[in-house]
Amino acid sequence: MAQVTLHNIQKTYPNGFKAIHGIDIEIADGEFIVLVGPSGCGKSTLLRMIAGLESVSEGTIRIGERAVNDLEPADRDIAMVFQNYALYPHMNVFNNMAYGLKIRGLPKTEIRKRVQKAADILELTDEQLLRKPRQLSGGQRQRVAMGRAIVREPSVFLFDEPLSNLDAKLRVQMRIEIRRLQERLGITSVYVTHDQVEAMTLGHRLIVLNGGIVEQVGTPIELYERPASLFVAGFIGSPAMNFATARIGSDGSHVDLDGGASFVLPDGLFAAQAGQAVTMGIRPEDLLLADRTDGRNSLTATLIEHLGADTLVHGHFGTDQTDMTLRLGGIQNVRAGERLPVRISPEKIHLFDARSEKRLV
Amino acid sequence: MIENRPIITIFSHLVLILGVMIIAFPIWITFVAATHDSVRMVQVPLPLWPGDQFFENLDQAFNRGIQGGLNLGVSMMMLNSLIMAMMIAVGKIAISLLSAFAIVYFRFPFRMAFFWMIFITLMLPVEVRIIPTFQVVADLNMLNSYWGLSIPLIASATATFMFRQTFLTIPDELLEAARIDGAGPMRFFWDILLPMSRTNIAALFVILFIYGWNQYLWPLMITTDRDMYTIVMAIKQMLDAAEQAPEWNVIMMTTLLAMLPPVAVVIFMQKLFVKGLTETEK
Repeated sequence: MAQVTLHNIQKTYPNGFKAIHGIDIEIADGEFIVLVGPSGCGKSTLLRMIAGLESVSEGTIRIGERAVNDLEPADRDIAMVFQNYALYPHMNVFNNMAYGLKIRGLPKTEIRKRVQKAADILELTDEQLLRKPRQLSGGQRQRVAMGRAIVREPSVFLFDEPLSNLDAKLRVQMRIEIRRLQERLGITSVYVTHDQVEAMTLGHRLIVLNGGIVEQVGTPIELYERPASLFVAGFIGSPAMNFATARIGSDGSHVDLDGGASFVLPDGLFAAQAGQAVTMGIRPEDLLLADRTDGRNSLTATLIEHLGADTLVHGHFGTDQTDMTLRLGGIQNVRAGERLPVRISPEKIHLFDARSEKRLV
Repeated sequence: MIENRPIITIFSHLVLILGVMIIAFPIWITFVAATHDSVRMVQVPLPLWPGDQFFENLDQAFNRGIQGGLNLGVSMMMLNSLIMAMMIAVGKIAISLLSAFAIVYFRFPFRMAFFWMIFITLMLPVEVRIIPTFQVVADLNMLNSYWGLSIPLIASATATFMFRQTFLTIPDELLEAARIDGAGPMRFFWDILLPMSRTNIAALFVILFIYGWNQYLWPLMITTDRDMYTIVMAIKQMLDAAEQAPEWNVIMMTTLLAMLPPVAVVIFMQKLFVKGLTETEK
């Protein structure tokens, strides 16, 4: 058990490319942290730096009290689960899990005990312990890979997109298992993913990375309800948040969309930014159907998607062609071409500065 | 592809049978010749069916050799050939594995330069460098020894290249997982790389054993001591037996014996051999 501290971490590759631009994070003992971001944002690089598989160009990584910058991966008291599992194909499951312990020179009985314990936790049968990795299904391989991490009894678990090679159904199942496992073992975990649903469901806290810079750190709900930037707002949530270019009205009491629609803002909150050009964001489920149209705020439906539990209506406001998504509960009978009156609760409106793309207020 | 046209089936079988006959007929003749006595073998027409002298010929070839020739049975030569072929095959594999390991997994100065130097030696077979190599072996006092027979043939660009390709297909994550597990370079090589290259090693062993066994020119150059003769060069010398018609029955028996070990290696290792050449999944 240990906390992990990253202090001003930077990574510059020999060819001059700067992958990570100074990151400061403190990960508490037992915390489940998810690094999330689009591909190429540096999240895997950061994880591999913690693991010791990439060198650190600048800054300090501490695991517990130790600075580990110059330690070999094996000496950092970590365990890592890889995206493609990285199981040794010629060893059976037992030996795959035991290999690291054998190298450390643990006695045979201790190895057997630990592997058996991990197998019990992961519900691997004795018969499966004797199989080769290629005789296992994707989900079982993933379990073995986690077993290999568990038997080491490390201070920190590192997960590098462990679920992205699984099919959708299994992914959901394994997601739950990983969550349970982490809660049960209480080991500090750093998890990398590009899938925001995985990030939201797994992490105690999320770190959203973009281009090697931390966009926002926070709990899933914080990120969802108060995204700090346009990037986070667009990245977290599915279907994604709707954006429209707009301008705050002259008295700061309402926001006018380019297409002619206009929505009331919370009282007094945006008085200082009156007249400012902004990007307005609104989550699909926060676009509500109004009882009657007042003419201006009506959405022209262009495409309907029936998901069963929800109905997604794509459309646009007035003359503006920006696509907006509206999420209605259950199965709704909406037809393309229909004009739907829409209202928004003022506190659900997110406003971002048009230029800096940072959140206003 | 499943075809169901009888004429094509018959035709393709004909072609295959013809091919087999073209390959097999000389071997059959060799076998037949090895079963007659020497008198029958100089009469025309040559026999097409086996005679009854097989074991006598076997005994003579194995233990006594040809009268007036080397007067040496081939048992010793077969042992020499076997030792030479094994040393070449095992040596080549060991050296190539290690050099491929170095080239793929270590970052050292002039890495690519070394790789290309190894690769360029592909263009320099023994025949091209035979005089200087002879000089080196002679200066090292390795004439008429197993070391002299095998060492100059051990360095192998082909095998190095092949292992390099194999190692490149092994995902980096395995190396990283091993590093996290605490395996050092040699441990990784021994515990992970080697078992994973098992089938490639087997395939190469087959090829290299036959290569070593069939060496003719090099053993001819550096062996002057009869105890060091290999069987392949002995066959040629049997034809030059002094003052005598060639004893074709014994010569053919020797040929037959010379063919056996490579055939045995191929038969016993064919499963691994095919796997090693075709397997892509790691």
